[in-house]
Amino acid sequence: MSYSEIERQWTTRLRHRLVKVLPPEKLLPDTQPSYVASWIYVFGVTTMAALMVVIGSGCILAIGGPQWWHSSSVGHFVNSLHLWGVEIFFFAMVVHLWGKYFMAAWRGGRSLTWITGVVTFLVSIGTAFTGYVSQSNFDSQWISTQGKDGINATGAGAFFNVLNTGQMLMWHIVLLPIAAVLLTTVHVLLVRKKGVVPPFEEMAESPA
Amino acid sequence: MKKFRPDVDAPVWKGGQRPYDIIKEGAIAILVVTLLTVLLAVVFGSPDDPAITIKKWSNVAPVDFAQDALSQLNGTSETATYGPPYNHASVGQELGPFSIAKWIGVHIPIDSARDFVLYPLESQPPQQPLSSALTQWNHASSGTHNSWVSDYTKAATSMAFTNGKLVVKAKDAGPVPVMMDSLLSMARSGAYDQALVSQKNFYTTNYTLPLLFLEDGNYLSTVATQQHLTGSQWGMMNETGNYPGQAWLWLYTFWYQIPPFSSSGNADILVWGVMMLLTLGLILVPFLPGIRSIPRKSRVYRLIWREHYRN
Repeated sequence: MSYSEIERQWTTRLRHRLVKVLPPEKLLPDTQPSYVASWIYVFGVTTMAALMVVIGSGCILAIGGPQWWHSSSVGHFVNSLHLWGVEIFFFAMVVHLWGKYFMAAWRGGRSLTWITGVVTFLVSIGTAFTGYVSQSNFDSQWISTQGKDGINATGAGAFFNVLNTGQMLMWHIVLLPIAAVLLTTVHVLLVRKKGVVPPFEEMAESPA
Repeated sequence: MKKFRPDVDAPVWKGGQRPYDIIKEGAIAILVVTLLTVLLAVVFGSPDDPAITIKKWSNVAPVDFAQDALSQLNGTSETATYGPPYNHASVGQELGPFSIAKWIGVHIPIDSARDFVLYPLESQPPQQPLSSALTQWNHASSGTHNSWVSDYTKAATSMAFTNGKLVVKAKDAGPVPVMMDSLLSMARSGAYDQALVSQKNFYTTNYTLPLLFLEDGNYLSTVATQQHLTGSQWGMMNETGNYPGQAWLWLYTFWYQIPPFSSSGNADILVWGVMMLLTLGLILVPFLPGIRSIPRKSRVYRLIWREHYRN
């Protein structure tokens, strides 16, 4: 096997490409610019930590099945963890979003980082909504019957039926979480690639 | 040299660096958030009000149930007159010249008389007088059906429930009184819940029919009003009890509280139209002159980076 043959392999090319785009020192940095010193930066990692709690508690609920938490005190507690994980997730995410807005964090070629963040927020809203209508209790009866009209008005209700509990549960535990995790991964990798946006400088020297 | 645009370009950082342990930061965040979640779960728990069953509803409010069932039979219920995606009874909501729901069409077909009254009754074991009533109904013309139902509907304005029976003084309603009374008995026994859910199948996870039927009656909204969950009380962003609910939907539910949305027959599509525009705007903030300048002009960033500017 020749050296050039190895270099032409798809795997080798992909590895070179990945290392070039996101070298290890950027992916897992051990230093960061000195301006990254504010409590507002905590909310990004808090959002991700809450996402892990939400996914972990959701996986435990999945083990017992959709009805388990109605009849088991342990299941109800895990549901409580899931609920409060979601509340922390959204609280941290909204603070993170406003913080990034007032930093104008899209500057310096970071528009895609902003866009993936906003789309992750939207997908998360959809994930939470499908969770609320999948609870199989009074809340889900009320929220689904109220929520259907808006979705039906857009025409999407023909394919995304919020009264179809099985369909909503599948979206909640499979499709939307996959989308949310993928988008979060892309978002974080973009942050690592581009770095944290620098402060505004009145006497800027040159564009990035 | 390309002109520097302060709301688009970022200066190159030539200042110092400081140590940063990203793995340690992540581990601490997970630990703290997990502990906080456990604390909140222990202190506050989570709501789980049992679902309303049609059995319970028809026992608590039998006349309300029967009026709902009658509105499905005579085609006046919200579901019967809804339009797409359930039927062609109306065009659905419109956004100016756009009738999106109508264009996409009926994909979840529901015939309210058939699905909410006739199929459930036919799913019951043969028994008199219901079997004779259904035979009479199935052998009559649609004109006769309309005449019977119309007569019963007129008399049902003074519907009562006495000694376990519906009392409706209809003179020429054919088999309809027996059908309605049988449907109520079926509901009060719990068989109607199962008939709507199963739809002649063994396995099912689709609750479209029972949820629509529940919504068409008054009982669900009465309970929701008691729980402060109705649209005028910020609607579906709330959940039962004193829990935060879907607080992130506040802007969506806000529009329903104010004119012209609060009084429009097309409120849902109007609100969605507004929210889609605002969402698009949020996604495109980096490209919107004016909006993208607010952070720099408001100088809120000086609070965020106060240590940097102090140094």
